[in-house]
Amino acid sequence: MSLEEKEKKLQQLTAKEALLGVAIAVGHFIWWFGFAYGLGGRDPQNYQYILGMPDWLFYSCVLGPVLLFVTLWFVVKFVLCDIPLDQEQD
Amino acid sequence: MNIEVIVPLVVFLLFTFAIGIWSAKKRTGAASFLHDYYLGSRELGGLVLAMTMVATYGSASSFVGGPGIAYDRGLGWVLLSMSQVVTGYFTLMILGKRFAIMARRYRAVTLVDFLRSRYNNGLVVIVGAFSIVVFLFSAMAAQWVGGARLIESVTGMSYQASLFLFAGAVLFYVIIGGFRAVVVTDAVQGIIMVVGTLIIFTATLIAGGGMNNIMTSLYQENPNLVTPFGADGDLTALYVSSFWILVGVGVVGLPQVAVRAMSYKSSAAMHRALLIGTAVVAFMMFGMHMAGVMGRVVVPGIEVADTVMPELTMTVLPGWLAGIVLAAPMAAIMSTVDSLLLMISSSVVKDVYINYIKPDASENRIRLLSLIVTAAVGIIVVAISWSPPEFLIWLNLFAFGGLEAAFIWPIVLGLYWKKANGWGALAAMITGIASYMIISIWVPGWLGMHEVAMPVLFSLAAFVLVSLLTNRQENEWSPLENN
Repeated sequence: MSLEEKEKKLQQLTAKEALLGVAIAVGHFIWWFGFAYGLGGRDPQNYQYILGMPDWLFYSCVLGPVLLFVTLWFVVKFVLCDIPLDQEQD
Repeated sequence: MNIEVIVPLVVFLLFTFAIGIWSAKKRTGAASFLHDYYLGSRELGGLVLAMTMVATYGSASSFVGGPGIAYDRGLGWVLLSMSQVVTGYFTLMILGKRFAIMARRYRAVTLVDFLRSRYNNGLVVIVGAFSIVVFLFSAMAAQWVGGARLIESVTGMSYQASLFLFAGAVLFYVIIGGFRAVVVTDAVQGIIMVVGTLIIFTATLIAGGGMNNIMTSLYQENPNLVTPFGADGDLTALYVSSFWILVGVGVVGLPQVAVRAMSYKSSAAMHRALLIGTAVVAFMMFGMHMAGVMGRVVVPGIEVADTVMPELTMTVLPGWLAGIVLAAPMAAIMSTVDSLLLMISSSVVKDVYINYIKPDASENRIRLLSLIVTAAVGIIVVAISWSPPEFLIWLNLFAFGGLEAAFIWPIVLGLYWKKANGWGALAAMITGIASYMIISIWVPGWLGMHEVAMPVLFSLAAFVLVSLLTNRQENEWSPLENN
């Protein structure tokens, strides 16, 4: 593989991984927002309680981070590449 | 004075001394003093990288200010604080391996080094270095004041004596140990913060008679406390969401955070760090802010937000445990100021002295100068914190938002957009800082969002527009040619 091709591949890989970070953050935000204001927007009289917490808080701020962690674990394990960082161009 | 509280603090301070000495000894074999003193020779592993990012970023506000507001506002503030979880993975993923690789190719020691090599524009360097020194200096002074006040309130020593003790400890290990001492103490401080969170959360939960009981009491006092909208119902979804920029994704633009994203050892270290970092931020933010809300049931009627956590700790914990928990905010403050001190020193030595004054300075001269500058900056900040001028405290309010608005696009677009050029970066920095200060001063809460949200958009618009207008073919950047 020529130097140019190698460099191009490196560019594509790093851009792809950064975009993946943006995609996870967008999903994370939607989950956080959706449960907080979707469930939390009801009259507090009608809240259900999970582990003693109002349901919106549980889904948005407890279950959300747990699922986020699982997602990140899969991403790290199966998607992100282990490339050397001191890649000189010569 | 309370001996049980003081003993853990003193043990902790002695420990940081030991780390400073260890780091200085480890440096003797390093190839380049500059890379070692300011970047730790780029050899951070996963755990230390995660902890230093969390600890640098999480300051007194995560342990004292934030939970105090949560006490006042209810669960809505817990929701808001959880917008910080994104920082655990986002900074590392968005800057990513490309930033780490480019920084190595450029042999960048500071964030400004990276911008200089990328944009080749003297004004970008000057404006960048200047904003780092001014904003971080004021942020650091405010943190010193907070640290000294905390020791004062816990130990009963005078403010000046507290400042002297606190500053002496930090200056010692930063000056002699450099970046390695900073990140290793950060890791220890991060662990103290996690343990402190666990203890105070559990103790408050038990003291309040369990989660069910606490939520029932809150609901009976004011149903709004258990909604996402705050005790007075004034926390709108838009306002709370805008914190995703200030304390979430915008953190990418903070120089003290970005510089860590170029100092890790390997891809594997970065992968581990984003898992650990996310878990730690989520745990700490949820635990501390929930403790603040639950504290309302345990110790009702506290008027001053900043006294909530100290009072709660003293109420629900025996003295020796309280000492450990109160070491957590001190650890948080120390781990922030040590990084800021080193950032300012690196900006003065590398970005100003070596770039402009003496590019061919000898290794020995750089070594001596780095130590002197670090010491001098530290001593000046302490002297100012002795009786802090109002201007500095005022400026500090703009520090983090200003840096984010200034640097986020020059870093991110510099990495991923080929047409990004120096004039665009300059326009983005100036637009970001200026619009942020204008909005904060004259129209705070404009459009119902935090003041930093719109300037980040303005800065992006200015960057893209100016880059396209001044774009000439020969300016087009390719990492292949730029070495």
